[in-house]
Amino acid sequence: MKFAIQINEGPYQHQASDTAYFFTKAALEKGHEVFRVFFYHDGVGNSTRLTTPPQDDRNIVNRWAELAEQYKLDMVVCVAAAQRRGIVDNGEAGRNGKDATNIHPAFRISGLGQLVEAAIQSERLLVFGD
Amino acid sequence: MSEIKKFMYLNRRAPYGTIYAWESLEVVLIGAAFEQDVSLAFVDDGVYQIMKGQDTAEVGMKNFSPTYSALGDYEVTKLYVEKESLEERGLTIDDLMDLKWEDEDEDWAEKDSIILVSREELSQAMSEQDVVFSF
Repeated sequence: MKFAIQINEGPYQHQASDTAYFFTKAALEKGHEVFRVFFYHDGVGNSTRLTTPPQDDRNIVNRWAELAEQYKLDMVVCVAAAQRRGIVDNGEAGRNGKDATNIHPAFRISGLGQLVEAAIQSERLLVFGD
Repeated sequence: MSEIKKFMYLNRRAPYGTIYAWESLEVVLIGAAFEQDVSLAFVDDGVYQIMKGQDTAEVGMKNFSPTYSALGDYEVTKLYVEKESLEERGLTIDDLMDLKWEDEDEDWAEKDSIILVSREELSQAMSEQDVVFSF
């Protein structure tokens, strides 16, 4: 089965990203394909490399990054949602005159068309959030 | 992309308490370029998204409700509204915006975009979708 994953909530505040991670990991381990993981709404907050949870807690951002590295996952952060919430890569920093970036290199910022394309290309779209 | 899928955008929340409604609409507008078979559904507090006479001046947020009137121009012409959700909130269809689309095949005749459906009918429509975006 080919899946697309949409995550609508930020890390730690909400379980959505954790559940999506466990689903994605399990699906990949079973040999399924994940076409894309798309971060939307406050879900874009899952992509900042500046996240620093207490040492005895999971690091949600790094955990996604490790899974992406292992399975060559395409993890996309919505540009409009990211701009609102201060998730910045080099391109966005240049275009919008920002003095810093914070995105983890395992993620890329792109448009909502990537979400729609993922829904078209996959057999199932799974939405994680409230 | 030759395959056409049935896309439903399920709107469940009031328009200004959270950003879900506005960011859902952004997906609808972008998604329209992909020429899929698109419908929107309004259930629960989502019916408030298309209330007429919205005024956000006092809350300092952008009133995005006029965007719904433009959906017809994006060939988004099927807006399901769940009857029970209206009734549970003391609303009728007259409380909603008069949303129209122009039918190119009938000399641009104006048609209603809002389709009032029962919970059961909406459930049926949902089960026929390939993709349901839930907001």
